[in-house]
Amino acid sequence: MVPDDEGGCLMRTDLLGEPIEGLDEALAAVDAFDAVLTDGLLRPRPAQAEGLDRLAEAVAGTPLAARVAEAAGKAAAGAAGEEHFLALAAARAALLGSVHDALATRVDEATGRPKPAGAPDRQEPSPEPASTLSAAARSWLCDLARSGWRGLDHDLAAGAAPVVSAMLPDTLLRRQAALLDGFAAELAASCPGATLERVPERRWADLWMRSLLLTLPGAAPAPATTPATGRLLPLGVDLQEHATAVQAQVHAVFEPSDGGAPRLVRAAASAPKPDTVVGAGLWQLLRPHLSLLAAAGEGRAMELDAMPLTDEGDLLWDEAHARPADEADPFATARVVLPTSTAAATAPLDRHPVRIAVPILLEGYAVRAEEGGPTELELAGHRLAVDVDRLPAAGPLTAESVARSRACIGLLRWDAGRFTVQPLAAETVVRKKAVAVHAGAWAGGTADKAGTRAEKAATDAVAGLRERAGRLLRK
Amino acid sequence: MLSVWEKSSTARVVAPARPRKLAKVPFVELADGRLQGVVSSGSDIGRVYVSSISAGTYAFACSTNNNRPCGGARGTFCNHLRALVTEAVLQYGAERVARYLKVETAQEPDAATLLGTMTQTRPAQGDTSAAAPVFSRFLRHLAYLELPPTTAPLPEMQWFPTTRAAA
Repeated sequence: MVPDDEGGCLMRTDLLGEPIEGLDEALAAVDAFDAVLTDGLLRPRPAQAEGLDRLAEAVAGTPLAARVAEAAGKAAAGAAGEEHFLALAAARAALLGSVHDALATRVDEATGRPKPAGAPDRQEPSPEPASTLSAAARSWLCDLARSGWRGLDHDLAAGAAPVVSAMLPDTLLRRQAALLDGFAAELAASCPGATLERVPERRWADLWMRSLLLTLPGAAPAPATTPATGRLLPLGVDLQEHATAVQAQVHAVFEPSDGGAPRLVRAAASAPKPDTVVGAGLWQLLRPHLSLLAAAGEGRAMELDAMPLTDEGDLLWDEAHARPADEADPFATARVVLPTSTAAATAPLDRHPVRIAVPILLEGYAVRAEEGGPTELELAGHRLAVDVDRLPAAGPLTAESVARSRACIGLLRWDAGRFTVQPLAAETVVRKKAVAVHAGAWAGGTADKAGTRAEKAATDAVAGLRERAGRLLRK
Repeated sequence: MLSVWEKSSTARVVAPARPRKLAKVPFVELADGRLQGVVSSGSDIGRVYVSSISAGTYAFACSTNNNRPCGGARGTFCNHLRALVTEAVLQYGAERVARYLKVETAQEPDAATLLGTMTQTRPAQGDTSAAAPVFSRFLRHLAYLELPPTTAPLPEMQWFPTTRAAA
């Protein structure tokens, strides 16, 4: 049984700092390959052949071995074709998948929560026709691998634009389109590659790998769903954005009405956007499509009636299956229901460290925040870095409120070799009363003075753009 | 040894645009080796000017969306080009604009010093051949407002966390 008064203290933060067996070796092979992409595979040098070999060796004991060894050989000779680049991307994905699994196991040990349900049965990819758009994307990605990040120029970076424009209107291709669009914009902003001071090697190799794998028919099939009926208790809102896309994800606990065990779930809304729509404008775009954003902002639960829920724990939100319910304090949810909630398994393709976002409650810590340094939470002598940069700009939760807090709800994440916590909400004590500040408090709208100003500015910006669009697009 | 930034899947490469008013200059971008954008006409609400400044040479061009030359852009920057630079500095920060245009200033750059430094070199008037592609990029940009939102999850957006650090 979980004692009521110290539910959050059960978090074993000590485990998060301990080494994980095999992790460094797997990441070293990934790094070796990532360095190969920096210089490109048009005219490979011996050092690059070595990097390719490291990747091939790392998957030598797997079913991928033969294909990756062949691909590494072809690439080292400067003769890699699409199928070879795909094999190399698959090998890199497999390594990062194993890293994900090791990290996820460690997270389960640290939170002490019930283990996720077993991996969902592998779906046979539905026989999708090979799309010409995917083929065009694949061809661009292979050109990128040949030129390398150092060989980037404006023409190459612009090559994705026609593909993205053609994909965006089709919501079934939205995953590919949003990824390629964000990736290409970064590459364009970094041209010419030859003069870059530093290259984000892990990141661009990730985006390249992911984009390439998504071009395969059936890589992102429509997931199987089951109807979910019961009470949904929001924990907090996570915001993701690049210049021309935004997604808000609400993390929540779902209590089935049939009395089944509570489950950790997410619900998302996303939209393409012009790069000048930022801050409160992001909430305005998404708000009409996800009433859960307002519920999370106001601290209310929602009743679900046969809402589609995927095996990975994603609610495919449809307003027809949801209605507002009573008040529900996220901290109460985190203290009482979260410790017994079960997370869903991760889809095979999504097994990547970046996908780790585990809701946790932290209490009884000391905040270490030196001027200009990182903010860290110290629990039982162990420190956990706080990723305050991930707090949405249009929201009341700031690094200062985290620094004053005595409890926080966050997402446990892992990047660049360490675990961090992304705050979703912080609880402070004001005149002996607990006051909670939520990162997504303005998601559904706000009466806050600064928030209202941000809302007005965003409304004006979009109105101005729509006026221009109305006049010019119809000509 | 790679630094932490180079080993980060979520390393921040491009800072998000800073909020600005869009009525006067609805579109600004650093692309194709130019600072380019669309500036609303002060007198005719149905008319816009397509303005651009090339990186390095500062060769400038300004014409209407129907390809009529701007009367003000003879010999030096017109008011549309000045507005373009001012708004680009608001959106991207002066430093990024200066770096892209290859403008070197003695002190910390701002819109005025960028404009001063560029006009002092007596830049040549460029041709207006870029106007059509810039205008079509603006229309593509506007079309993003009309694309439908979705509630199916986009796992790929995990690579794009929001950031408080604006440009």
